[in-house]
Amino acid sequence: MENRIPAVSMHNVSKRFGTILANDKVDLEIYRGEILAILGENGSGKTTLMNMLSGIYYPDEGEIRIDGRPVIIRSPKEAFDLGIGMIHQHFKLVDVLTAAENITLGLEGRLNLKDVSRKIREICDTYGFQVNPDQKVYDMSVSQKQTVEIVKVLYRGADILILDEPTAVLTPQETDRLFAVLRNMREDGKAIVIITHKMHEVKSLSDRVAILRKGQYVMSVPTRGTDEQEMTDLMVGHAVKLNIDRPEPVNPRLKIDVRDLTVRNIDGIVRLDHVSFTANSGEILGIAGVSGSGQKELLEAIAGLQPVESGSISFVEDDGTREELVGKDPLEITKMGVSLSFVPEDRLGMGLVANMDLTDNMMLRTFRNGFTTVANRRVPRHIAEQVVNDLHVNTPGLNVPVRTLSGGNVQKVLVGREITSSPKVLLTAYAVRGLDINSSYTIYNLINEQKRKGVAVIYVGEDLDVLLEISDRIMVLCGGKVSGIVPGRGARKEEIGLMMSRVGGSSHE
Amino acid sequence: MNNQKRKPLFHISRRQSMLWYRIWLIRGLAILAALVVCALVSVVMTGENPFSIYSTIFTASFGSPRKIWVLLQNIAMLLCVSLAVTPAFRMRFWNVGGEGQALVGCFASAACMILLRDKLPNGMIIFLMFVTSMLAGAIWGAIPAFFKAKWGTNETLFTLMMNYVATQLVAYYCVVWESPKGSGQIGVINQQSQIGWLPVIGGQKYLLNILIVAVLCLFTYYYMYFSKHGYEIAVVGESEKTAHYVGIKVEKVIIRTMMLSGAMCGLAGLLLTGSTNHTLTTTIVDGRGFTAVMVSWLANFNPVWMIGTSFLLVFLSRGAGEISTNFGLNKSFADILTGIILFFIIGSEFFIMYKVKFKHAAEKEVKA
Repeated sequence: MENRIPAVSMHNVSKRFGTILANDKVDLEIYRGEILAILGENGSGKTTLMNMLSGIYYPDEGEIRIDGRPVIIRSPKEAFDLGIGMIHQHFKLVDVLTAAENITLGLEGRLNLKDVSRKIREICDTYGFQVNPDQKVYDMSVSQKQTVEIVKVLYRGADILILDEPTAVLTPQETDRLFAVLRNMREDGKAIVIITHKMHEVKSLSDRVAILRKGQYVMSVPTRGTDEQEMTDLMVGHAVKLNIDRPEPVNPRLKIDVRDLTVRNIDGIVRLDHVSFTANSGEILGIAGVSGSGQKELLEAIAGLQPVESGSISFVEDDGTREELVGKDPLEITKMGVSLSFVPEDRLGMGLVANMDLTDNMMLRTFRNGFTTVANRRVPRHIAEQVVNDLHVNTPGLNVPVRTLSGGNVQKVLVGREITSSPKVLLTAYAVRGLDINSSYTIYNLINEQKRKGVAVIYVGEDLDVLLEISDRIMVLCGGKVSGIVPGRGARKEEIGLMMSRVGGSSHE
Repeated sequence: MNNQKRKPLFHISRRQSMLWYRIWLIRGLAILAALVVCALVSVVMTGENPFSIYSTIFTASFGSPRKIWVLLQNIAMLLCVSLAVTPAFRMRFWNVGGEGQALVGCFASAACMILLRDKLPNGMIIFLMFVTSMLAGAIWGAIPAFFKAKWGTNETLFTLMMNYVATQLVAYYCVVWESPKGSGQIGVINQQSQIGWLPVIGGQKYLLNILIVAVLCLFTYYYMYFSKHGYEIAVVGESEKTAHYVGIKVEKVIIRTMMLSGAMCGLAGLLLTGSTNHTLTTTIVDGRGFTAVMVSWLANFNPVWMIGTSFLLVFLSRGAGEISTNFGLNKSFADILTGIILFFIIGSEFFIMYKVKFKHAAEKEVKA
């Protein structure tokens, strides 16, 4: 094992963007028949490093060897010629073409779709994929699109596969299926690299883990010989306490009362089916469920972004008066004096404007203030300064577009803006998705701080461990129905997991 | 892959940011380089002295006070249409219907001048010309906006088609209102009575237009960068989902902005018919609705910079026209020169957006 030639070895590789050193003299070896996990915080240079291998960036310094032979990789095509294929976080498929057309797109020579379909089926059979070569991409689910991307690189003969956070968009079941396929590929002698920051995935899938920190290579260890605590410490660079505060709710009072809420999506499919629950001030209501169980629709219905078919959502004032939120748009809800903040799942596509700077993004909530036609920029600039200072947002200034910030800082800007208005209700969807450990804990603390201030927090999460630690009560959704509401203290993971797969709590398997 | 040991000669990366004076240095160098290439081309192809060609270009615009006024008038009209299409562009609504929106403005003005000339006092007619021309433009802009907002139709095709509808409408009425009979043209409207002609101020025929457009320019600048509407437009343009999330009514903003855009085009039409030409033809807008797209893009949608870009385009086209008459050259030669200059100006933007690092420089930088 020890003296075999690595499929890829990177030596002393550096890459800088302007003044930022994204990779600093990184050494890395990738072997065939092995799954390597690259672990690191946001901005630690994982993706940059792999982009150099797949020909998207060209290293400023250093050497890359493939099977012991020094190579120069100038473009993705040259990377393909060397058998390196990368599956990016954002898929690069043409929507109106079929799977087979996408897979062969850009290849030279005559196109014989029959042969192509046959070859695709062969690949699928070998590794256990399910792809219909004639299906159009716009008809596919996210996981199907990802499968097409993987088949695409295999079709081109790649035997070194790099996957950039492949599970970020998948449900747990889809993740399991992907992992099974990846294991099959490993048995077939391919070299596999996955970029991730989810510890349990590293543990369950990889053979070896390489850790990057602030652009530098820390070390690589066999996965079996390490544990989550050690990996986290190596990744962050100092010991991290892995538990979340859960203060007792102080004087909880009814804030949001949802009754028999039913929501259909644009295609007429029921996404929420007679959902009833309450949320109290000073309390965190966690919402658990497999992704797509109606969490998004629930939060958007409360925020006035989702048409409701039937049922009611009441906002209860401190004096007991009720305001009906169903049938109101976000502007009307604000005008009624209901102070409700919403941290949506799609941060840069919905919560923020990616190309606008920090000030203008703060302005999204304040620009209507004042009676003149002039939009006030002084107040939002002040808010932006405050958010940057209070939440330690790492940014070169207030005038940079938010898309240039790292994921954690983007989320701080969004959460910071939403809590500036001192809301009574705070809705958060996947607030820590894609964030590294440090940023995640900053967000947990911010949410707890709101709870202490008496805000009713509805926290939609995907990580059960976190939900169990942070929530006062947990509501479990399955297929658009409530399968149960349990107290957070003392709840067991297995219990919640079972409820997640049990529609309406009716059937006991 | 037998040349694998060779490093790439250069590689290209996106710039983070650039100091403003360096940006203008690059643009200045681009224009200089364009002039040098133009000179070479003219010497090789025509044998003329390049400097006399340049001086002809210059005198075409600045040769006499009258030429300067004509230059300013042309800048004003082009700028007016460019300002009009810009709010829509900020919203990523690709309005290429400025031509038609301005033309229906001309049409509405001419209709007032012809149909109301004996029926209402002159002041009233001019007032109605303002109202109807802006309304006509607004309607012409609102139709594609409505379809886009409701059903997501493609605005580029729709606005483009609306141009042809406007042209045909005007072609029909050119025959209905022809003067003299049988000519198929309208000719100068109210030549004797001058009813519906906008007043001449300061003894300069074009001064009023220039002043109106100057005010419009300041208004657009304020509207886009400082008003609440301008901010809403920017948010809708960047992300409709975000707009919806913060309670901006996207459909309303699209229709409102296009009505404003159309109304400003209609105003340009009024100035053309009521003040400059006193007539109506199918080609009276003279392609400004399309040139405006370039003016607006080159200035990065900034109304104040647009003064500069519309000057540049008017200056070049007047110079090009003058060359072809003075040197007895084909009009195409003038177009070649204009093309070369635009190529360099637009091409220079690449060097502003991206950095090209050559092999040796790259290695040095790493060591530094």
